[in-house]
Amino acid sequence: MSSTTETVDGAEVADPHREPQAINHHKDPKSHILLTLAAWLCGLLFALPVAWMILTSFHKEEDAATNPPSLFAPLSLDGYKAFFDAGPWPPLANSLTASVVSTILVLLLAFPAAYALSIRPVRKWTDVLFFFLSTKMLPIVAGILPIYLFAQKVNLLDNIWLLIILYTSMNLPIAVWMLRSFLAEVPVEMLEAAQVDGASLMTTLRKVIAPVVMPGIAAAALICFIFSWNELLLARVLTGTVAGTAPVFLTGFVTSQGLFLAKVCAASFVVSLPVLAAGFAAQDKLVQGLSMGAVK
Amino acid sequence: MPPTGSPLEPTNPTATRHTRHRRRKARVLAVAGAAALSVGLTGCAGWGGGSVGGGGANSIDVLMVNNPQMVDLQQLTAKHFTAETGIRVNFTVLPENDVRDKISQEFSSQAGQYDVATLSNFEIPIYAKAKWIAPMDDYIAQDTAFDQDDILKPMTTSLSSEGKIYGQPFYGESSFLMYRKDVLEAKGVTMPEKPTWQEVAEIAAQVDGAEPGMKGICLRGQPGWGQLFAPLTTVVNTFGGTWFEEDWTPKVNAPEFTEAVQFYVDLVRKHGENGAPQAGFTECLNNLVQGNVAMWYDATSAAGSLEADDSPTKGKFGYAPAPVVKTDSSGWLYAWSWSIQQASGKKDNAWKFISWASSKEYEELVGEELGWTRVPAGKRASTYENPQYLEVAKAFAEPTRAAIEAADPTNPGLQPRPAIGIQFVDIPEFPDLGTQVSQDVSSAIAGQTTVKEALDKGQELAEDVAERYQKRSQG
Repeated sequence: MSSTTETVDGAEVADPHREPQAINHHKDPKSHILLTLAAWLCGLLFALPVAWMILTSFHKEEDAATNPPSLFAPLSLDGYKAFFDAGPWPPLANSLTASVVSTILVLLLAFPAAYALSIRPVRKWTDVLFFFLSTKMLPIVAGILPIYLFAQKVNLLDNIWLLIILYTSMNLPIAVWMLRSFLAEVPVEMLEAAQVDGASLMTTLRKVIAPVVMPGIAAAALICFIFSWNELLLARVLTGTVAGTAPVFLTGFVTSQGLFLAKVCAASFVVSLPVLAAGFAAQDKLVQGLSMGAVK
Repeated sequence: MPPTGSPLEPTNPTATRHTRHRRRKARVLAVAGAAALSVGLTGCAGWGGGSVGGGGANSIDVLMVNNPQMVDLQQLTAKHFTAETGIRVNFTVLPENDVRDKISQEFSSQAGQYDVATLSNFEIPIYAKAKWIAPMDDYIAQDTAFDQDDILKPMTTSLSSEGKIYGQPFYGESSFLMYRKDVLEAKGVTMPEKPTWQEVAEIAAQVDGAEPGMKGICLRGQPGWGQLFAPLTTVVNTFGGTWFEEDWTPKVNAPEFTEAVQFYVDLVRKHGENGAPQAGFTECLNNLVQGNVAMWYDATSAAGSLEADDSPTKGKFGYAPAPVVKTDSSGWLYAWSWSIQQASGKKDNAWKFISWASSKEYEELVGEELGWTRVPAGKRASTYENPQYLEVAKAFAEPTRAAIEAADPTNPGLQPRPAIGIQFVDIPEFPDLGTQVSQDVSSAIAGQTTVKEALDKGQELAEDVAERYQKRSQG
């Protein structure tokens, strides 16, 4: 979850109003050092549980469960062996399908929507924007029973496409809001220049606007991917043997009889790898967005 | 920031034509996309459970709790059951609380997604009354190799409703007292053959601190009807207490109930494990294996872990029957069991799977391939006659069998009961009631409240439950 929070913060930092402040700090070396220290401290604080998880995943079950913790117990790959023996590939493939497809769908839908809310706003665009946000106000758990019964009626229980549809609609409002704030900063002059050169709407969107707001698109895509990848509640209730996702599979290692910490840590580490990979892949795009703002 | 709009309408004719062309292209793309999506929707539902959809007609879906015995079963199914019968078994494995949620959601809506699920003897009579699970009597009659008579009597009783059998045990357990023989011996204490709770409390005081950091006894203090109140209800029973009398009069703050809880709380506060208010089965197992406690009153199935080959305390344990006060025996009865969903369309295959998983042959298979300590025991009389099993389990096999045989789920205390069950009252309202009361008793163990306060509150909750249950069953 920590990576999620950071990315959200990152999107906020992209707000150009904050930039002058940051520059001021750079000028004062003392506060610069202090800030760096604080940043490292926060970073370590966030990394510590993850490091602990990775260390535990390489211990034997008996060593993982001791109190006080045995830091220097001999390392072992038993946890990973148990994880890979349990057949993790179908759930991982399901998670990947649900996350990637829903993220693509979200971007395809959110990009035109954001355009219609910023560059060429529709009538009452603020109302529209808040309507989008209002769909996030109902807690998912309040809707879970109707969704379950609906899925049962239309025969979509345990079907990955149901999750794709739900994840798309779950992430769409966030993506629209994020992309709108990026699109709103595209200078009118650029669009007019494109128009003068005879570019159609699609060409303008693809060749003029998209490259400028790439950091925004990358940030939105990453957020959507992470949210879908980590989603547990819907997946646990609506899937079964066929469409079960990685988080559901992960919880399956918890048992009320016997030890399971090392196994769960190993499984958690493997399951969080794709998110880390996605974060790294999007990193240079994001950093570009942070350092430049949406537009120079 | 307000959006900065500007008129961008194409004005020259070439651009208009261009746009129209683009629009047509976009529409074609959209139609193609929708078509691809609908093909996907009907074609591939996910990557698990076989090729297409739910794995085809010759397969079943099983929802089960993640206990070590089930993980073993998962390993052996493809290699043996599927190879022999051609029936593919798709498993969903979840932790205990999650699996209970999912099963009640699945079975109450009769979604038919799963053919078989692991239910316990708590759920089976309730689900049977609701007609969510299918009776097995016809299958049992035809399948003579299954040998129903070999299943221990108390198991069959607790998995039946109105004379029909609705579940088959996978492994069963009662409760008994586990203790470190070497520690008791060093202190010159002998465990009576049939200890009373008062004797156990004395021994706990004597062995407390026998080794550095060692406490006298581990007793569950973690809130939860299935955690704290599993052992505690058996203590209440043998002290002469009960949750309800036969006519549903609640007796939670009656003298016997209070005396039992006070005894339990005092014992665990004086000579119990560290962190008792949070200790459940797993924590106590750890405490015993690591030598932090000398005794433990809990499930008989724990003995398999204590005597496992990699256990550092293997061979050091003695086993005594569940301590008593006013009753002859006080052990509980619990069995993770297989049930068939009423809405399942593959009941024949489901029975074939159950008949295999609960069979004598499966126990032998586990013994030979994975080791005899891992056999899902506690359900068949024949297990306790098997020389190979007895060889590795000699320390606890007979105490386990005796504890299960002595358990009487219909009459576990001094007074007649309104519902079946030893460590629980078999009504849907009990988990909520038990869990709420257990939270206050756990606070009493932590010293934040008194037993009297906890039970007075519990009595009010129980009165409410009795009223609701009676109203529901009459109406």
